[in-house]
Amino acid sequence: MTEKIATRHAYGQALAELGKNENILALDADVSTCTMSCDFGREYPHRFINVGIAEANMVGIAAGLSTLGYIPFVHSFAMFSAGRCFEQIRNSLAYPKLNVKVVGTHAGLSVGEDGATHQCLEDIGIMRTIPGMIVVHPCDGYETKKAVEAIALHKGPCYLRLGRAALDIVTGKDDYSFELGKAVTMKDGSDATIIAVGMMVQAALKAAETLEEDGISVRVLNMHTIKPIDTEAIIKAAKETGVIITAEEHNIIGGLGSAVTETVTEFFPVPVFRLGSNDTFGQSGNAEQLMDFYGLTDLGVIEMVKKGLRSKNYLKDVNNK
Amino acid sequence: MTIQALKQQALEVRKTLLSMIYQAKTGHTGGALSSTDLITALYFEVMHIDPSNPKWEGRDYFILSKGHSVEGYLSALAKRGFFDESLLSTFCQYKSPLIGHPNNKIPGIEMNTGALGHGLSISVGMAIGLKKDKKPNRVFTLMGDGELAEGSVWEAAMAASHYKLDNLIAIVDRNHLQISGSTEDVMGLEPLRERWESFGWQVEEIDGNSMLEVVNALKAAPFKEHKPSLIIANTTKGKGVKEMEDIPSWHHGVPNQHLYEQAMLDFESMEKELQNV
Ligand SMILES: Cc1ncc(C[n+]2csc(CCOP(=O)(O)OP(=O)(O)O)c2C)c(N)n1
Ligand SMILES: [Mg+2]
Repeated sequence: MTEKIATRHAYGQALAELGKNENILALDADVSTCTMSCDFGREYPHRFINVGIAEANMVGIAAGLSTLGYIPFVHSFAMFSAGRCFEQIRNSLAYPKLNVKVVGTHAGLSVGEDGATHQCLEDIGIMRTIPGMIVVHPCDGYETKKAVEAIALHKGPCYLRLGRAALDIVTGKDDYSFELGKAVTMKDGSDATIIAVGMMVQAALKAAETLEEDGISVRVLNMHTIKPIDTEAIIKAAKETGVIITAEEHNIIGGLGSAVTETVTEFFPVPVFRLGSNDTFGQSGNAEQLMDFYGLTDLGVIEMVKKGLRSKNYLKDVNNK
Repeated sequence: MTIQALKQQALEVRKTLLSMIYQAKTGHTGGALSSTDLITALYFEVMHIDPSNPKWEGRDYFILSKGHSVEGYLSALAKRGFFDESLLSTFCQYKSPLIGHPNNKIPGIEMNTGALGHGLSISVGMAIGLKKDKKPNRVFTLMGDGELAEGSVWEAAMAASHYKLDNLIAIVDRNHLQISGSTEDVMGLEPLRERWESFGWQVEEIDGNSMLEVVNALKAAPFKEHKPSLIIANTTKGKGVKEMEDIPSWHHGVPNQHLYEQAMLDFESMEKELQNV
C-alpha cells in the first residue's frame, strides 16, 4: 500500500495543477493552509483571493466572478463553506446555475480535537437538497484528484467534501475510472451490498474482507457522487444482493443513507441499514477514537451487515409462508 | 485584587493554558496568550459572578466569541473555582468534557462558541433580554480582530446601538494577526475605532496586555449612557512567550518539549520579578 494522504492534501496538489486553466480562481476565508488552497495560491498568487474570515461574503464574491466567466473554487471548513453559506449557495450559486465549486474540508468527526462546532455531519444533506447541485465525497487522495478534474469540467455548481485525516489509497488501480454519478464497484459480492463514501470506503473494504472469511459475500460500492446518485447501481445491488448497508461519516439523516433509501424504496424495496452518526453532535478526541466511539469502523460495518442479513432472512421466511 | 495580584494570576493562567496545549498536543496558543490579561481581569476582578452558583441571577455574562481561545478561558474558570482544576489536564482528550471549544455543559460557560462571528449577536440578545427584565447585569464579549471580517459582527454592532445597549461591553483582542497573516494584509480593519464609532459605539483604546489599563477600562465600562461600549485592546499574539510573539504560525502551534520547558522557566522568573517589586 502506498503512503497515506489526506484528501485535502491531494486536493491542494490537484487544484494547483488545474491552475493551468487561467479561468480558475481560488478563494479562501483565512484557512488556506488548512484547506490546502494555499498550494494554488503559491503558484498563482494573482488568481488567489483571501477574503478574510467572511465565508458568506466569499460565496457572493465567487458568484460575481463567475458571471464574468471565471471558474471560482471557494474554500473553508465544511462547517463554514457548506454550513454557514447554505442560503448564499442556494440563491446566488445554484439558482442562477453558476459555475462555482464549493469545497468543504475538515468534514465529519475525523477533524478530531476541535470538537462539535467544527465537525460537520450535515453538509451532504444540506447540499443535496439544493436543486442542480453536484455533491462529491471522494474516499482517498487518488480519487480526490480525479474528482477535482471532473468537477472542473462540469459546468455548474458542485460541492466537494474533503477530510482532514490521512487515508490509505484504495482506488489507484489501472482499471479504476472516475465518472461523476457513477458508483465504483470496489469488490463484487452477492449476499449484501455496502454502499460507502469517504473514509468509510476503506472500512467497508476491510469489513467485506473479514466477512468473506466467514463465507459471507459482500459487494462494496463506492458512491463518490452522492448527487446525482447512481440509481442504476443501487437498484442492481438491491435486486442482486437483497439488502443494503450504507456507511458514511455524516448524520444518517439526510446524507448517503437517505439518498440510497429514497432510491431503493421507490424502485426496488429491500431493507437498508444506515451506518453514520446517529443524529448527534461530535466531541473531542483523535480521529481514530471518535470513529471508534460512533461505530464508524470496519467492526461497525460488520455489525450492520449482520443486522442487514438477519433482516433479509427474516423477510425471506415471511414471504415463503 | 491588586494589580500586582492580578498580574500574578495572569501568569498562572498563562502557565496553565500552555501546559494544557502541550499535553493535548493541540490548541490555539497565540490567541489564548494575547487575551489572557483580559480574561483574567474579567474573572478575578471585574465581573459579578459566583463560582459556587454559576447560574446566579445577578451574574454578569461573558461570551468568548473567539471560542478558539478556550484554553485561557477554561484555566481562568477553574482557577476561579467553577470546576476542579485537575480536569484541565484532560483538555481535548477523548471523552473529556473539556472539548476543543467552549460549551455550556461546563459550569460558568454560557454559550457554545468556536464558529466565529456568532458571539456579538448572542450578546446583543442577552443584553436586550436583560434590559427587558430591567436587570442591571452586564454582558461582556471578547472577539478576535480577524473575526471582525464576519458580516454578522456588523449586523450585531448595528443592532446594539439601535437598541441603545449600554449594558453591553465588547472587547476586540487587537493582536493584528489571524491565521493567514496580518489583519491589515488579509482584510484591512482600519480605521477600526472610527468604524465602530460610526456604528454608534463608545470606543476606548487600551494596551490589552497592561493589567492596569485593562482593569481601569473594564471598570469604567459602560462608558456612556444609551450606547454600547467597545474596548479595542491592543495586544501581542503569543504574549509572554518570546518565541511565539507576533508570529502567525503560533496561532495553533504546539510547543516542543524544549520550548515548553523554556517558557515555563521564563514564566517563573517573571513571577519572581513580580514578587520583588
Ligand atoms: C466561521 C469561522 N471561520 C473560520 C474559523 C477557523 N478559525 C479559527 S481561529 C481563526 C482565526 C481567528 O483570528 P482572530 O479572530 O484574529 O483571532 P486571534 O488572533 O485572537 O486568535 C480562524 C479563521 C472559525 N473558527 N470560524
Ligand atoms: Mg487576531
